Amino acid sequence: MSAAESPAAGAWEWLARRSEAFVLPLAALLVGLLLFCVFLLFLGKSPLQFFDLMWRGGFGSWFSIQNTLSRAAPLLLAALCVALPARLGLVVIGGEGAIVLGGVAGAAVGHAFAGLPSVVGILGMALAGMAMGALWIGAVGALRHYRAVNETISSLLMAYIAIALMNHFVEGPLRDPASLNKPSTHPIDPAFAIGDIPGMDVHWGLIAGIVACVVAWVLIEKTAWGFSARIAGGNMRAAQVQGLAVGPLIVGFSALAGAFAGLAGVIEVAAVQGNANASIAAGYGYAGILVAFLARHNPLAIIPVAILLGGIDASGGLLQRRMGLPDATVQVLQGMIFLVILFSETFYGRFKAFNPDLWRRTR
Amino acid sequence: MEPADIGLWGVPLAILGGAIRVSTPFIFVSLGEAITERSGRINLGLEGILVFGAMTAYAIAVVTGSPWLGVLGAAGTGVLFGLFHGWICKFPKVNDIAIGIALMLFGSGLAFFFGKPYIQPSAPDLPALPLGFWSDIPQVQAALSVNVLFLIGAALSVALWWAFRNTRAGLVIRVVGDSGDAARAMGLNPNIVRLLATAVGGAFAAVGGAYLSLYYPGSWNEGISSGQGLMAVALVIFARWNPLGCFAAALLFGGAGALGPALQSVGVTQGYYLFYAAPYVLTLGIMIATSSRGRSLAGAPGELSITK
Repeated sequence: MSAAESPAAGAWEWLARRSEAFVLPLAALLVGLLLFCVFLLFLGKSPLQFFDLMWRGGFGSWFSIQNTLSRAAPLLLAALCVALPARLGLVVIGGEGAIVLGGVAGAAVGHAFAGLPSVVGILGMALAGMAMGALWIGAVGALRHYRAVNETISSLLMAYIAIALMNHFVEGPLRDPASLNKPSTHPIDPAFAIGDIPGMDVHWGLIAGIVACVVAWVLIEKTAWGFSARIAGGNMRAAQVQGLAVGPLIVGFSALAGAFAGLAGVIEVAAVQGNANASIAAGYGYAGILVAFLARHNPLAIIPVAILLGGIDASGGLLQRRMGLPDATVQVLQGMIFLVILFSETFYGRFKAFNPDLWRRTR
Repeated sequence: MEPADIGLWGVPLAILGGAIRVSTPFIFVSLGEAITERSGRINLGLEGILVFGAMTAYAIAVVTGSPWLGVLGAAGTGVLFGLFHGWICKFPKVNDIAIGIALMLFGSGLAFFFGKPYIQPSAPDLPALPLGFWSDIPQVQAALSVNVLFLIGAALSVALWWAFRNTRAGLVIRVVGDSGDAARAMGLNPNIVRLLATAVGGAFAAVGGAYLSLYYPGSWNEGISSGQGLMAVALVIFARWNPLGCFAAALLFGGAGALGPALQSVGVTQGYYLFYAAPYVLTLGIMIATSSRGRSLAGAPGELSITK
């Protein structure tokens, strides 16, 4: 009896095909954690204590959950900056540049608009940061399409240029003379500061990030534009032959990705720092790469993954104090997980359990 | 000796000196990347290997008191990282660019993890040859105090350039890089060739890192590399996968990096931080100028995923 004739078997097949996208990343995550345990055993540390501390530091109490969510907020937007171009087959890894310059642009507007109604100020900051980010990563997309410059390298070079520009502005033209030890721009009008979500110790940036992920998901999965992007991502040549305007698609998706990263920078300025300074180059852009790959570039999957990574990040301090591990421990763990996740790509389509076509052939 | 007043001549001299000092890691990393890319694979993880090499070299030099043992140890870890990258990339559907990014995070993470205790103690430096002995102007002497690794790098560039053209190993790497199918038809195993090429590339990058921690700037800390390993990738494209070109490009980059400090020394401080961006702007400009939509890059290995 073939599968199509029996609804029950059909459901099983559907489940099997669908589960691959969840089971493989989860298994990879688990293997990454196990490898890290081996690493800890070599150092004579207890893996059990590690997991215990990680749970307590990341998710064990209301305090640690709020800490985790705060750290997840910028990761959501930073990951979108990788995930959106990835749907077109582009590996953009320089989101950090858009975050940093978005923050500087936001801070400049937040100072210049001082005294205006806070709605105008906040909107102005957000728009300035998003425009800056869109310009930055949009340029990467344009270079890729019109000059065939590899986007991975160009985005990374531009991230270094962006950080130099930030230092220039923060130390030079935009510097607040009152900031002595820690050079920073003039503070934004306090009325433009983004506060906390009522009842929580987490700022509104988390909501902005979640909304952005949902919007990005709708865009990719439910619109004609997203459909074209998925086609182009599958096979650029075929899309061109079909008459799709690949150029605007690439530049548009890159610009939108950059706009999200720029918004992350603005939120960092408006909710955490209060001005632009060297701390806004905190590496969220790079952590976002890991989040996007773990989520397999699915904007909705980015939400749980960012929270998970935020939790690992949040427990770093506790690990340092209680187990005497250096602060780079979290980076080692993330690197291991990242490597295993990428390696797991090779297993897609290879396991019989996920592939009903193979069931039938062997029956 | 009192510094002689040589006025604006100080600028080109400081740039020359800076180019020689700053370019050495670029020479090694780009030669390593050139070997790897010629075999048809790309390793963005060289950045992480460079940082880990810097840490290993420094730690070994502190413990044993010999900087050369440090360089050797760094090369060893570079080989291990290279073998790992080469092994993991041979599996189908594994993206070598993404693995490189992961290796970059992992390598620098491991280096910071194990390198924490070595931030304080000081290690013996690699020796430098005073090639400026003929002059009695201190600035000239300072500019021409050339580290041995720079000379080794220069010699290696020539040797590799010759080897790619004239030896069987060079031919094998080129064939594998241009067409895996052709290589298989010749009875070669592309995976093994790429594995070895990636391992050698890793060793080169780690030696470049050793130069950073053992000579210039000459200490180990977490900010030791500012993307040298990544810029090497762009540098190799600029050099058209030619080892001699890598050497010239590395000198150019070193000079661009030395521009800011050189101008500052004669009192030009306007836009000081912008000069830090000079090497990156230069790289990007060169990439834009040399890339084109219509044709693939001249001299690019056919199997290279970055030029497809």
